[in-house]
Amino acid sequence: MSRDDSRQSGGNPGGKTGGKGGASYSERWGRQQPTKKRAPVKRTKRREPEAEISSRRGGNAQISRVDAQERLSSWKRHHRQMAIDSFRRMLKSPVASLMTWLVIAIALALPTGLYLFLNNAQLVSSNWDGAAQMSVYLKASVNDERGRDLTQELKLRQDVADAHFISQAQALEEFRTFSGFGDALKYLDDNPLPAVIVVRPAAASLGTSAVALQEHLMNQLKAMSDVDEVQLDLAWVKRLYSIMALGERAVTALALLLGVAVLLVVGNTIRLAIESRRQEIVVVKLVGGTNAFVRRPFLYTGIWYGLGGGVLAWLLINLALIWLAGPVHALASAYASDFELLGLGFTDSVLLLLCSTLLGWLGAWLAVGRHLGAIEPQ
Amino acid sequence: MIQFSNVFKRYENGHEALQNVSFHLPSGDMTFLTGHSGAGKSTLLKLMMRMEVATRGSVVIDGQQLSRLKPHHVPFLRRKIGVVFQDHQLLFDRTVFDNVALPLVIEGMDPREIGRRVRAALDKVGLLSKEKLSPIMLSGGEQQRVGIARAVVNKPPILLADEPTGNLDPQLSAEIMQLFRQFNAVGVTVMIATHDLELVQRMARRVMVLKDGAMIHDAPFKPQAATGGEG
Ligand SMILES: Nc1ncnc2c1ncn2[C@@H]1O[C@H](COP(=O)(O)OP(=O)(O)OP(=O)(O)O)[C@@H](O)[C@H]1O
Ligand SMILES: [Mg+2]
Repeated sequence: MSRDDSRQSGGNPGGKTGGKGGASYSERWGRQQPTKKRAPVKRTKRREPEAEISSRRGGNAQISRVDAQERLSSWKRHHRQMAIDSFRRMLKSPVASLMTWLVIAIALALPTGLYLFLNNAQLVSSNWDGAAQMSVYLKASVNDERGRDLTQELKLRQDVADAHFISQAQALEEFRTFSGFGDALKYLDDNPLPAVIVVRPAAASLGTSAVALQEHLMNQLKAMSDVDEVQLDLAWVKRLYSIMALGERAVTALALLLGVAVLLVVGNTIRLAIESRRQEIVVVKLVGGTNAFVRRPFLYTGIWYGLGGGVLAWLLINLALIWLAGPVHALASAYASDFELLGLGFTDSVLLLLCSTLLGWLGAWLAVGRHLGAIEPQ
Repeated sequence: MIQFSNVFKRYENGHEALQNVSFHLPSGDMTFLTGHSGAGKSTLLKLMMRMEVATRGSVVIDGQQLSRLKPHHVPFLRRKIGVVFQDHQLLFDRTVFDNVALPLVIEGMDPREIGRRVRAALDKVGLLSKEKLSPIMLSGGEQQRVGIARAVVNKPPILLADEPTGNLDPQLSAEIMQLFRQFNAVGVTVMIATHDLELVQRMARRVMVLKDGAMIHDAPFKPQAATGGEG
C-alpha cells in the first residue's frame, strides 16, 4: 500500500540522529527484550509481535505491516472486550436497562403473539375445513333404499371422502335424543325430517383450493334429481379465510411499525449513551482511534439491548401461553377436541432472537452514524 | 517531517488565525513556538493533527499532504503524532494506567506488551506509583505528566506539546523539558508551543514566533546559548 511507502521514507529517525544521543530509541525507552525464561512454546508465539514492534522502531506505526494473524487476534480481542464492557455498563444501571429491555420486549411480543394467534386459528380452521360436511337433504319422495344406493354411489366419487345415510326415522331419533324437544314431536302426525346423506368432501390436494373444490361438488350434488337441498356453510369458511388473510396483513403491518419503534427506542438510548461518553470519543479520536473502534462499544450496546429485549419477549409470550393453556384446554374439551395451543417452536424462537438482535444492532448503527460523526475534537 | 507552505487558516467566524505561515521542520529537529495569547499557536498544532483544515496553503506531515488526506486515514496520521494538550484531554472515569494505555489499545497491541510500555512511560514521567489512581486525584502538574506519558507511549515520530509546562513549577518544568530533549535525542521530531520565554532561552533551540497569526520570527539557534549543554 502506498501509505506504507510514504511512511518508510520518513522512517527510523533514531538512525538518522544516532550522533546526538547515542542510545537507540528502544534502549532509552526501556523496551525489554523478549523474556528469556519463558517456556519455548510461548516464546515462538511471542516472537511475531516482537518482530512487528521492532519494525516500528522510531514510532513509524506501520499498522498495515502488522502480521495478519496478530491483527486478527487483536481485532477479536477488542470485540470481546467491547462486548463484555458494554454489557457491564448496562448492568451498572439495571433499572434503566431493564426498562429499555421491557419496552423492546413488549414491542416484539405484540406482533409475535398475534402471529401465534393466527397460527393457532389457522390450525383450528384447517381442522374444520377438513371436516367440513355437507348435508345432502333428499326429497321426501325418495325412499330409504334409493337413499342407501345413492350413498354408495357418492362414496365412489373421487371428491368424496366418506358418505353415510341417515334415514328419516334415524333423523327423528337423533332429534329426539339430542334436541330436548322430544316431547314436542309427539304432537306431530308426520315425520317432518327429511332423509340426509352426510358427505365429507375429500381433502383438497396440494395447490387446489378446498373451497373451490367443495363448491364444485355442492353444485353437482344439487343438480341430482333426488336431492332437495345441499347445505354447506361455504360463505362462512370463505369469510374466515378472508379474515385471516386480513389478520396476516395486520400482523405484518404491526410488526413493521413496532420494528421501527424498536429501532427508535434503541437509537435514542444509544444517542444518550454517545452523549454521555462524548469526552471519551473525543479523546479516542485524538489519539488515533478509527471510526470502527469508536463505533464498536455502541454497536455492542445495541446488540445487547436487542438480544435482551428478544429474550424478554420470548419469556412474555411463553408466560402468556402458560396462562392461556388452561382456558384453551377447557374450551377445546367443550368442543370434544384435543386441540392444544401451538407455542413458539425452536425455529420461531431463534428467529425472534435473531430479529431482535438485528434490530438492536441496526438501531445502534443508525444512531451512531447520525451522532458520532458530529463529535470531532475541537 | 513537517512542512507548512503559505498556510492560511480562517475560522468560521471570519477570524484569521493564521496568515501565510511557512516553515520546514526536518525530521529529528526540535523547535519552540511562542507568541502572545491568541497568536495562533494551538491553531498551528491543530492543523498538523488535522483537527482543523487549512483554508489555503499546504501542510505536509511525513510526506503526506493533509489537504488530500481522506477521513479514514486521519486516525493513522494521529497515531504518528504524540500530542500533549493544553487542556490535558484525560479521561477521568478510568485509571492513569488506562489513560496512558489508550493509544496502544487502539493500535491493538498485545495486553502484556501494553503493560510493559505503559509502565515504562509512567516511570519516565515519575508517576509509576500512581498508575491505579484516577487522574482526578492528581494535581494539575501530575495530570500534565500523564498526558505526556500518553503522548509518547506508542513512540510516535512526532511529538507536539501545547503549553506542557503551564501548570508546573520551575523545577518540574525543567525536568519535563529535559524529558522532551531526551525524546528529541532519540530522533523524535519535537515542537513545543509555550509562553515561557525564559525556558525557551535556556533550551537553546530553534524558536518560531507567531504574532496575530503571522510568523514574524524563525531563528534556527540562539547564538549566545551553549548548544547541547544538557544532552
Ligand atoms: N474554533 C474557533 N473558532 C473561532 N475562532 C477561534 C477558534 N479557535 C481559536 N480561535 C481564534 O483564533 C485565534 C488563535 O487561537 P489559538 O488558540 O490558536 O491561540 P493560541 O496562540 O494557542 O493562544 P493561547 O496561548 O492563549 O493558547 C484566537 O484569536 C482565537 O480566538
Ligand atoms: Mg493555545
